[in-house]
Amino acid sequence: MTNTREAQDTVLRLSGITKRFGALTANDAISFELKRGEVIALLGENGAGKTTLMNILFGHYTADEGKVEVFGQPLPPGAPGAALAAGVGMVHQHFTLADNMSVLDNILLGTEPLWRLGMGRGAARRKVETLARDFGLVVDPDAKIGALSVGERQRVEILKALYRDARILILDEPTAVLTPQETDALFETLRKAVAQGLSIIFISHKLHEVMSISSRVLVLRHGRLVGEVKTDETDRHRLAELMVGAEITAVAPSEATPGDVLLRLSGVSTPAQGNRPGLNSVDLDLRAGQITGLAGVSGNGQGALADLLSGLEAPTEGEMDVAGVRVRGWSPRTAVAHGIGRIPEDRHRTGTIADFTLTENAVLEGYMKPPFSSRGWMDWSGAERHTAEIIDKYDVRCPGPDTRIRLLSGGNMQKLILGRVFEAGPNIILANQPVRGLDIGAVTYVQEQLIAARDAGAAVLLISEDLDEVLALSDVIRVMSEGRLSPEFARGSMTPAELGVWMAGQGFEDAA
Amino acid sequence: MRLEPVANPTLGRSIGFPAAALALTVVVASLLTLLAGANPFETLGLILAGAAGSKFALLETLNRATPLIFTGLAVAVAFRAKLWNIGAEAQFYAGALMAVLLGTGALGFLPWFVLVPVMAAGAMLAGALMLLGPVVLKVRLGVDEVVTTLLLNFIMLLFISMLLEGPLKDPMGMGWPKSEPLDQAARLPRIVDGLRLHWGFGIALISAGMIWVIQARTTLGYEIRAVGQNPQAARFAGVPVARVLIKTALLSGGLAALAGWSEVAGLKGNLTLDISPGFGYTGIIVAMLALLHPGGVVVSAIFVAGIFVGADSMSRAAEVPTYIADILLATALLFMVLAILLTRFRVVRG
Repeated sequence: MTNTREAQDTVLRLSGITKRFGALTANDAISFELKRGEVIALLGENGAGKTTLMNILFGHYTADEGKVEVFGQPLPPGAPGAALAAGVGMVHQHFTLADNMSVLDNILLGTEPLWRLGMGRGAARRKVETLARDFGLVVDPDAKIGALSVGERQRVEILKALYRDARILILDEPTAVLTPQETDALFETLRKAVAQGLSIIFISHKLHEVMSISSRVLVLRHGRLVGEVKTDETDRHRLAELMVGAEITAVAPSEATPGDVLLRLSGVSTPAQGNRPGLNSVDLDLRAGQITGLAGVSGNGQGALADLLSGLEAPTEGEMDVAGVRVRGWSPRTAVAHGIGRIPEDRHRTGTIADFTLTENAVLEGYMKPPFSSRGWMDWSGAERHTAEIIDKYDVRCPGPDTRIRLLSGGNMQKLILGRVFEAGPNIILANQPVRGLDIGAVTYVQEQLIAARDAGAAVLLISEDLDEVLALSDVIRVMSEGRLSPEFARGSMTPAELGVWMAGQGFEDAA
Repeated sequence: MRLEPVANPTLGRSIGFPAAALALTVVVASLLTLLAGANPFETLGLILAGAAGSKFALLETLNRATPLIFTGLAVAVAFRAKLWNIGAEAQFYAGALMAVLLGTGALGFLPWFVLVPVMAAGAMLAGALMLLGPVVLKVRLGVDEVVTTLLLNFIMLLFISMLLEGPLKDPMGMGWPKSEPLDQAARLPRIVDGLRLHWGFGIALISAGMIWVIQARTTLGYEIRAVGQNPQAARFAGVPVARVLIKTALLSGGLAALAGWSEVAGLKGNLTLDISPGFGYTGIIVAMLALLHPGGVVVSAIFVAGIFVGADSMSRAAEVPTYIADILLATALLFMVLAILLTRFRVVRG
């Protein structure tokens, strides 16, 4: 993005921001400036301090040191709302919209004085329509939020910020829930916005997006600003190194040698639950020695498929065969007994019990059998030996097997879950968002383990919202949309854009 | 101000705060006795003497502690699984009723060493069934067990009242609503001849030991803790959550019913409407003070019983109302709940 405008005045200046939580320094003397009409990307792994920094900017936290200036005026520390009033708008990862109200009402909510409710709506509507036209944010002002797609809701969030005269826009992981096409549309909007003099902070850990939208990249690592580079003077590889602090090698799985079908779904349907769609007549084959990648926009039935393979749900229609045997009386325990290893999406709430020790968590799936128990009596020494083996083999960094698991980092927690799953010798592995929220070192480790399991003959189903991850790891790809499954695409046969068409729900009727 | 979890509570933290809670309780009680116009040191001394000052006082305290150990264990077992059994009172009466039904001649042909265990088993079954209904409703339909178990207490009390005014009324009872007395073979013998302490206390201690072993050593104990701490993760891992909750309920209801059986068979000899001065509800206090630990339940049951017994004898001597016992317990509980919170969380400003 070139900046042709002369006005290079500074709109936001953070100087020496330091924030400590006990022994942890979340932000360590961070200083940077944001110019008018500029997009800077804030890049960093989870826990690098991005969120803390934005919370300080918005007055949710008070910085221990340093100050924030917006348009040359210092912001009072710890005053939520000051940043908003000064013209800083934020679009959160999780939207803050009321489902049962219209787009216009959501945009106006909180901006109108109570005693004039309903007054000046005509003017407000015209302003929203003008903004929508100028920035390419196509959305019907009278539509109910509940009826909108995720991409449309995000447009409403951006409109909301613009309506409040935001001159600085902060977007927190805005593409996490979008299809590639929606992402392109969002970037188009952002380019229009900077052309009109807005400034944007784009928070992300997706390198290719950062490369395509930003003019400058700030890299945070362990709370410190470790790099500030012009986007056109760097590349993805260099940025990744800055993020992690070390040379990284992308996983490159070798050619797969697929074997027998270990799991087959034929015409399986499950009911919807609340907002979550169920499965709609899904056919799926998982083959030994093959990673099947499931791509799709979040909330399109991936959860239902994961619950089905986990044993939490049973098919209401259709049949399910594991290793050629039709399953009956499906439950989490029978799923484990059928050799399905499950890596759950939410390792904190579903995968582990926070106040249980590593040992207690390690035997959660197998406690009812030797060597962990016999005839109803626990054998804690057997359980502890097993846990010590997992800690050793999977490099779980912890004080010992008696440690409560909530004291571990996400990566180490995931390694324990991997150990629990893999040590049971599964034939089929369900990996639901296995690397979400992990730092890059742990990501590589988990991905290598999945490939190793594949090479050892396991059938792996990888569910991920990160299309790059699906493309990198999968031998075959299926796309899920509204509970339907696309045909199987071989590795390399589809571009991200072509997959995006399927992710948006097109092509399914023809494929049936 | 907000609360921040403490990663690993130190020993000082986990003992210091509960100790401070007890000290604060004594301070509050002293202020209240001052208000009542008595010398607090003298009053507390009298409570202590009344609870443990003589062999007789001590045995009386242990006697009073017996049903509290059972109901305390019942509540502790259930609360571990986050099963909120507020119905120990109803289960107590179910056990007491069973003792009367089986012990007043229906099984008179059995020798005492068969009859006593049969009565205990019958009582446990009755108590377990009392809690089975609410738990099945919870597991199947999501009905809140706090409401159902609490309301069952009143239903059970009225049901017992109906029985004592009707079919179970003692014809020799001069018109009082009480049941016939148990046969001699159906009664629990005394541990010490001539003093009121009966074998119910011994059985309560054995029960506490058994619960301790179940919680620490068995798969059931492990399952109960898993379901209590994170039912979602437990279900995902393959723990049969509904079955564990039902087993927990059977155990909990059975324990509470043993309290009723032991009161009837060990102490009172018959069933009246006032046989329980709220043992079921006090069991909740006992369990909370014990941090749901079975060993702690024994200690806190004796502590709570001591306060009741001691306050009774103190009020006769010092003319301070016995309500002081309730106030002592209530403040002890409040401070203890706060202490538990403070062992696990740290108050941070800002």
